[in-house]
Amino acid sequence: MATVATDYTNKVKVTDEVAEFPESVVEEMRSHLTKYPKDRSRSALIPLLFVIQRERGYIDNPGVNFLAQFLNLEVTDIWETATFYSMFNMHPVGKYHIQMCKTLSCKILGEPELTDHICSKLGIKPGETTKDGKFTVTRVECLGSCGTAPMMQIGFEYHENLTKEKLDDLIDSLE
Amino acid sequence: MEIKAIGCEPLQLKRMHIENGHTLDVYRQTGGYESLKKAMNMTSDQIIDEVKASALRGRGGAGFPTGMKWSFVPRDSPKPKYIVCNADESEPGTFKDRYLLERDPHALIEGMLIGAFALGVETCYIYYRGEYKYLIEIMDRAIEEARQANLVGKNILGSDFNCEFYTHTGAGAYICGEETALLSSLEGFRGHPRMKPPFPAVEGLYACPTVVNNVETLTSVPQIIEMGGKEWQELGTEKSGGTKLWSVSGHVKKPGVYELPMGYHDMEKFILEDCGGMLRDDKKLKACIPGGSSVYAMRADQIIGKNVTLDYEGLVEAGSMVGSGGFIVIDETVDMVDSTKNLTEFYKHESCGWCTPCREGTDWLVKIFDRIWAGGGRPEDAQLILDLCDNIEGKSFCPLGDAAAWAIQGAVKRFPEDFKKHLLQNGNGAGTSGS
Repeated sequence: MATVATDYTNKVKVTDEVAEFPESVVEEMRSHLTKYPKDRSRSALIPLLFVIQRERGYIDNPGVNFLAQFLNLEVTDIWETATFYSMFNMHPVGKYHIQMCKTLSCKILGEPELTDHICSKLGIKPGETTKDGKFTVTRVECLGSCGTAPMMQIGFEYHENLTKEKLDDLIDSLE
Repeated sequence: MEIKAIGCEPLQLKRMHIENGHTLDVYRQTGGYESLKKAMNMTSDQIIDEVKASALRGRGGAGFPTGMKWSFVPRDSPKPKYIVCNADESEPGTFKDRYLLERDPHALIEGMLIGAFALGVETCYIYYRGEYKYLIEIMDRAIEEARQANLVGKNILGSDFNCEFYTHTGAGAYICGEETALLSSLEGFRGHPRMKPPFPAVEGLYACPTVVNNVETLTSVPQIIEMGGKEWQELGTEKSGGTKLWSVSGHVKKPGVYELPMGYHDMEKFILEDCGGMLRDDKKLKACIPGGSSVYAMRADQIIGKNVTLDYEGLVEAGSMVGSGGFIVIDETVDMVDSTKNLTEFYKHESCGWCTPCREGTDWLVKIFDRIWAGGGRPEDAQLILDLCDNIEGKSFCPLGDAAAWAIQGAVKRFPEDFKKHLLQNGNGAGTSGS
């Protein structure tokens, strides 16, 4: 499955707190509902989860509580969908989420060495976040850019035809 | 990266190198939306017949005849009908749709409009993989342009034809490229596939008749209407009509998106000449996976000197499949145990967990490959892997299980020398760097 839903080694704190959003964000969320038939508002769930993630940094309990009310669904319905998709982060990630494509074309063109390079530069392992909260590095499956392998995404942005030098320049340029 | 047509005039790639080809103005200047006008003067049957005559087969991977798929949609259904474009391109080695969506979004809108007109559809969704966010922004602008020009919305071009377009995003799940899983996802659920029948043409999105087509399939439709189905088919072969895009990656000098007529001759020339040859001149071709990762890998000796034609029949005859047309070219430096371990991890990660053979099978396969790679290979492992694949293939709920099995079986059966190295007695396998 795409994402591990719960870290069973840690107790998850459950809260009834409901996140609050500025009116402009709520308006944006309402605009997603207009794409689907009135009785099918659950269709908007994935786009809305992206809004939650953008606003809250990750898919958090109060954000999920908000969506449950907004869509008139159970909290478990929201978690059920959210935990399936690998782009939803169940934990906070760094300001820059570096996602190295690890699948075959990128791999045979040098992804493992690049990931080692970036991890040693930042002093973390894949899956970890730097202490200052600036960078998270994860290795992800095929991002659909094999012709320009090796490649990665930082947030939503594609960075292609990577080399160690290019990676260094890029990381150094991020504030 | 190369984007070009070889052996034919660029059709799919017509606007790839035209400045502002993604805008409505340029699209119209280069013949855009003329096919829609033509189609709107045809009957629904005439349009479907042209698509059937074109021998167009689904470009997402399954290769199902598009005209036939369209003809399954019930005409007299009282329910709303939908066309959903599958832009969830996530088959490893495949990236052709990305460039169509980036540089020629109106071709997709026009193709979907023609389908919508033929099938009585009033709502179209385009389902993007979540990572393609920037492409959604391009498409939203294109839809808005089309709306301003009365090509989308109510009373299109002054007729009584109404059709709305919406973009929708996934969030990272390979399985959502499977059409029924895509529909589950579009309804806001986990991307689990659904039992077929009922097929989406009868009960798809919101249990209404739905056609799900790949991007390239739909962008072919305006060309078919423009030149006529028969003429389009004749660009290719009798059973594999038209031209097709091939994504090429891996160890070649010129990776890219290539448009070839179906039946292009031959695979060896394509890799070793058209794509610039091997990336490093002193490294020989070892393998090529021609249809995205989910097909049997081909050995170099199944390609070189074998006159393999690039179409549905030719690749089956040569021992593989067209799939999504994603060529992954592999040179002799690659250990096929390592590359197969990499793909096994992919399928394990992407298995949706719905059915046991795929969920458990891919998990066990990863465990076995990890053990082999750590130096613990056993002589019986090759057979164990094949037995496991056999328990997935044909026994999983959806084709993802088959895909995983084929990718792995192909490597074990065709590259036994690589496996032998790792499967020595007493775990003396030769593990090197991790993958």
